[in-house]
Amino acid sequence: MDFDFLKETVLLLLSGVPLLLQLSFFSIAAGALFAVLLALMRLSGNPVLDHAARSYVFVFRGTPLLVQIFLIYYGLGQFPEIRQSFLWPFLREPYWCALLALTLNTAAYSSEIIRGGILSVPFGQIEAARACGMSRGLIFRRIIVPQGLIVALPAYGNEIILMTRSTALASTITLMEVTGIASKLISETFRAVEVFICAGAIYLILNFAISRAIALVERRLSPQFHAPALAAAVPERA
Amino acid sequence: MKLMHLCAAALVASLSLVTGASAQPKDWANIKIATEGAYKPWNFTDASGKLIGFEVDLAEDLCKRMKAKCEIVAQAFDGVIPALNAGKFDAIMAGMNITDKRKEAIAFTTPYGRTPSTFAVLKSNALAKLPDDGKVYSLMPDGLAAAEKSINEIKPLLKGKVIGVQTSTAQANFLEKYFKDVIDIRQYKTTEQHDLDLAAGRVDGVFASISYLKGVVEEPKNKDMTLAGPRYGGGPLGFGVAVGLRKGDPELLAKFDAAVNAAVADGTVKTLSTKWFGFDITPQH
Amino acid sequence: MADYVELMGFGPKGWGLLMAQATLMTIAVSATAFALGSALGALVAWARIEGNRPLRIAADAYVTVLRGIPDLLVIYLLYFGGSQALTALAHLVGAKGFVGVNAFAAGAIAVGIISGAYQSEVFRGAFAAIARGELEAARSVGMSRPLLFRRIIVPQALRFAIPGLGNVWQLALKESALISVVGLTEILRQAQVGAGSTRQPFEFFITAAALYLVLSTISGLGFQRAEALGMRGVRRS
Repeated sequence: MDFDFLKETVLLLLSGVPLLLQLSFFSIAAGALFAVLLALMRLSGNPVLDHAARSYVFVFRGTPLLVQIFLIYYGLGQFPEIRQSFLWPFLREPYWCALLALTLNTAAYSSEIIRGGILSVPFGQIEAARACGMSRGLIFRRIIVPQGLIVALPAYGNEIILMTRSTALASTITLMEVTGIASKLISETFRAVEVFICAGAIYLILNFAISRAIALVERRLSPQFHAPALAAAVPERA
Repeated sequence: MKLMHLCAAALVASLSLVTGASAQPKDWANIKIATEGAYKPWNFTDASGKLIGFEVDLAEDLCKRMKAKCEIVAQAFDGVIPALNAGKFDAIMAGMNITDKRKEAIAFTTPYGRTPSTFAVLKSNALAKLPDDGKVYSLMPDGLAAAEKSINEIKPLLKGKVIGVQTSTAQANFLEKYFKDVIDIRQYKTTEQHDLDLAAGRVDGVFASISYLKGVVEEPKNKDMTLAGPRYGGGPLGFGVAVGLRKGDPELLAKFDAAVNAAVADGTVKTLSTKWFGFDITPQH
Repeated sequence: MADYVELMGFGPKGWGLLMAQATLMTIAVSATAFALGSALGALVAWARIEGNRPLRIAADAYVTVLRGIPDLLVIYLLYFGGSQALTALAHLVGAKGFVGVNAFAAGAIAVGIISGAYQSEVFRGAFAAIARGELEAARSVGMSRPLLFRRIIVPQALRFAIPGLGNVWQLALKESALISVVGLTEILRQAQVGAGSTRQPFEFFITAAALYLVLSTISGLGFQRAEALGMRGVRRS
């Protein structure tokens, strides 16, 4: 075990972590917003909106993320109309292309998760809320979101971890996040196994931290399922 | 545990079937040569998927001289050296320059081609007006001073520009060594990817060997591209393109060396290179 | 539109034949990976259910690690470092010489190993769905372990596993696109070659996307049919 090499490698790889975190965070956030829109479109009852959302989800879940990235990065760059439009300063940069592709992709998967969460709320509660005269917005905010969130959280947590892994694909369009730096190091030093171990460790630690954070959020959001330890603290009566 | 052993053995056995790797007979009657297949006109694939190019023709010629039967296979450039050392094939002919770094991992024959490297840019880009257009500078000890003067001259003109280069090449090393602090170096897996981005205007220029770029700018679809700036060779850019071989195969090295020297001496290399590049790439000793 | 048809057609200038061959390659590498993943997944699921503690820890580690690191890294490891690793493994079982890894093998094994992690979860869930009573009854009648496995566990677990396996197959199909970065000429790599050669990346990548959609739709229908077949005779509650 060449510890000097390992140490050097880890330091080099860590310089890619900020980019990785940026890509994950912004794509998940933007993707979540878009996903809510898609879920609402599917639940709206309007056949046109429903169909449009379903087609979007079908296409983005049925094709590999790498194809989507290449399509946006290389494909869109082909058209002079796009190169001369106001979009070009963004689409010219691999960072924005990667962000766009990741966002569109996660939105498709997340919309199904969110839809599942919304549908899980027992219909009786919605009926009762309507009977009380609650407006649709209020029902959504007070009844659906709190309960639907708890149901959706495990699956959504999974999606967050998957997204953090998927940022590695940004390395194929010249972005130097952790995997990009790792692949460059492997081809420079020919020591694939050591570089892999370092890069893999970084991702695992990151994922561990994220899973812990999500588990914490789950516990905080569902106090009714985790009985406090008061029973043990109450002294036995004689 | 016996089950595990059985499974592992079965897996390994099936893999050997898949790859057909085995201990090489020392007479070298059969040689497997790897090339990239995506570096026109050194080596590329035609519409039917067949490997063609200068090195494919040269390989056939060399094998005839060595009285050996050769099989040419394609391999992604950034994995070619580890694969050679692992025994996947016996030789590399992939437009690969001799560099000190590579000499640490593998052995090289005498070179069969030597061309400098330069920038290719869009005619509309400011970089098209780089000075010293076409002048060749050597980074070998005797010409290093002049070369470094030229580099320092063009550095301010390149400041803030985005330059594309193929990853794990001598050209990438050169840019990292001399221009790392002034330009944004984008590393691409293949040359076709950086050409696409040059056409789209994502990079201000690409840096590659003249042998490759000349063919690129001459293609009708690339009429907006032109070569620009000075040309550099030697030093980190390598001492010429040669056949790459494992360090533990001295007999094969001797055979290839003899064949390459013969091909250079009787003008075969000149003929083939004029056919594929339009100019002679034989190294001038 | 006519240009596109000519580009992708089977005429002299068309890339249709090459794309079709690439599609076959995608199916081949995905199927190989999936099969490998099934074998691995079954082994790992068994280790997690019936294994002793060290085995269970190893199996858990395998699943956690492979679901936590990017697939691209696993593919790079196996492609660049695979020769080292596999040669070492080969020496362990007494084989000699070098074991080379070409792009197909590296890709199939990499995707197979990743798929195995997901499939082990599916098999674990499927096993858990079998009624405990049946297993107890079988044991009390004196069935041997292999017979129990063959006649009770496998048929039912497979049936419960089909929806999950359908998902994992779709995953394998999409992951095969990653193998293009190590040069295997499957759909995405062929599209890249075409894009670079003709300067029309949009047409090529749209075609690639369409091909994947077709493959994924057909697979989806196939698995739906398999599920229906599996649920024959089962009374829905």
